[in-house]
Amino acid sequence: MPLSETIGIWLGAALTLCIFSFLYRDNPFYKFAEHLFVGISAGYWATLEWHNVFLPNLWEPLTREGRLLLLVPFAFGILLFSRFTRRFSWLSRWSMALIIGIYAGIAIVGYGSGDLILQIRANLLPLWTDSWLTSFNNILLTVGVITGLIYFFFSKEHKGALGGTAKVGIWFLMISFGASFGYTVMSRMSLLIGRVLFLLKDWLRLVD
Amino acid sequence: MRRILERLEALDRRIIFVFIFLSIALPLLLPVNMEFSVTPPVKSFYDAIESLPPGSKVLVSCDYDPGSMPELFPMNVAAFYQLLSRDLRVITIQLWATGTLLTERAMSEVLEDLPDKEYGVDWVDLGFKEGREVVMVSMGTSIPKTFPSDLHGTKVKDIPIMEGVNTFDDVAMLVNISGGLPGTKEWVLQVQSRYHVMLGSGCTAVSAPEFYPYVQSGQLVGLLGGMKGAAEYEKLVRRPGTAQRGMDAQSVSHIIVFLFILIGNIAYFSTKGMKKRLKV
Amino acid sequence: MRREIPIAICFLAGFSFILEYFIPHKQVLSVFETIRQWAIIVIAFAYVLGIANIVRINFHAIQRKQRDWPYKVVLVLGVFFMITVGVFFGGIGEETIFGWVYYHAQYPLQATMFALLAFFIASAAFRAFRVRTFEAGLLAVTAVLVMIGRVPVGEALWKQFPDFTEWIMNVPQLAGKRAIMIGAALGAISTALKVLTGLERTYLGGE
Repeated sequence: MPLSETIGIWLGAALTLCIFSFLYRDNPFYKFAEHLFVGISAGYWATLEWHNVFLPNLWEPLTREGRLLLLVPFAFGILLFSRFTRRFSWLSRWSMALIIGIYAGIAIVGYGSGDLILQIRANLLPLWTDSWLTSFNNILLTVGVITGLIYFFFSKEHKGALGGTAKVGIWFLMISFGASFGYTVMSRMSLLIGRVLFLLKDWLRLVD
Repeated sequence: MRRILERLEALDRRIIFVFIFLSIALPLLLPVNMEFSVTPPVKSFYDAIESLPPGSKVLVSCDYDPGSMPELFPMNVAAFYQLLSRDLRVITIQLWATGTLLTERAMSEVLEDLPDKEYGVDWVDLGFKEGREVVMVSMGTSIPKTFPSDLHGTKVKDIPIMEGVNTFDDVAMLVNISGGLPGTKEWVLQVQSRYHVMLGSGCTAVSAPEFYPYVQSGQLVGLLGGMKGAAEYEKLVRRPGTAQRGMDAQSVSHIIVFLFILIGNIAYFSTKGMKKRLKV
Repeated sequence: MRREIPIAICFLAGFSFILEYFIPHKQVLSVFETIRQWAIIVIAFAYVLGIANIVRINFHAIQRKQRDWPYKVVLVLGVFFMITVGVFFGGIGEETIFGWVYYHAQYPLQATMFALLAFFIASAAFRAFRVRTFEAGLLAVTAVLVMIGRVPVGEALWKQFPDFTEWIMNVPQLAGKRAIMIGAALGAISTALKVLTGLERTYLGGE
């Protein structure tokens, strides 16, 4: 194994243990590692933006292909930095408005078609089929979605029939939250498995 | 008895931490290699790729970071392996800046087993692009305009694999390895629902439950959820990796968490009952 | 005009994306394509702005020798080091200094930060997860069934456990998630419409 790789593994192990030291209590090693992480990450993002966006999408087309229209987004981008001045900070709103407007427009189209119409269509299921299990599942799905949606209707007080239906909706929501919790535990444990495997395998060579 | 339960309720959390660490470390040191079966969403993901004719182009978007690497990196490697070993052409992009070097590493691992695969012909890395959903929608009109060059600065018009690839109509499938936002949900909303391209997802276990509706509606052809999903997928492609390795530790740690929940509740309700009886 | 022009820009930008969905004519699409390419560049500038802000805030903290200022020196040095090696010394590939620092510093730091969550979720489960009501019990039972059913030990205990867990995920869990999804979609659409029409202006900040 090359020396740089060996040094890298030891560095990685040391930084891993610095972060883990927080489990005992907050300490200078953890603070150092935490600040180093923020600094390196921020520098990493800036560098990737430079190589993957500014150079191929702005600088090269502007300077080598003469696409002068790209001066418009360049100007909008520079305007963002006016936030650092007190006198001209209002100019940054133009760029912010462009970004916010674009994402708002995208959200309407995306959520409308992907999450609203297609999901409702997918829930229009036959309640009586040849298989009793499929029929049961479809009925349960339909009841679950409708009662769940009724729970989110807060314009009327949840009393009487509406309250009872909303209560059934809560049960389905609790089941989905329970499943999410179970999967979240699985996810968090996986992340720890990854780090422990690194320490035992790559660093200490206790496992293959 | 009452004292034991009270002490249990007030247990120092560092003792809990030690139990969790041991529940992960011991199974890794002393593996049992418990058997497990493959679930339908994972099988569907695998079958979707198997159904593609050799030579088809597949767009793989690797949108994750080191924080989700234990779950997603094994999926990424297995996906690249299945795609390339079936002579499918891989066009990879990233919408997370942190995914760039991880994608490179995943591909390096696969190329050790498939050294005859040629960059620019069998696969290409177009790199990272900022913009999230804007990039996705932009690719729907023109992939070359959105990604004018690859990761190394070569113009896409000079890359053989990119010949004839202009929009999503020119790719047979889209595979998304998703660590969060932007990820599978955004690909479903902005791309699948608009351009109707076949979309398979590998995601973290945190996100997996919310993507089941997309599998049922057909918006996703398959779903790999978390490390377990990665392990099942590794089993199907016959390339054991770190995901399968971690299954024993996953099993033991889950049992430990279940026991903590159980003991915590027993201790709580017992001391609560005792306090009530003392008051009376 | 300091508020009206941004609101107009917001409306035109957003509306163009909606219009594009309904008018797939080639000439019209090419105009929107240009706007999208511009957006990618402006959004990248926004990220750089965020990073510049981090440097600015920490630089001020160092100048004023605020609490923990030596650590902020490490932070600022980290930013400039990565930019320097990435832009001026060899680029960003796997075999570069930039790549080495990423794999052996950033990756272990970030991965371990997230790995800490495993300890905290176990601690929270022990101390705070109390089954006080029927609904909480439903949540707990589902969580336990999914946790055990989704790992190999569940299948070892009962061969049909994975199928039963898959049924939970595909039917009752899916119903709850779909209800949340539809509700959230309606909320997202209404909020986006409020932003586009200028009813929601918090992104403009104060005067």
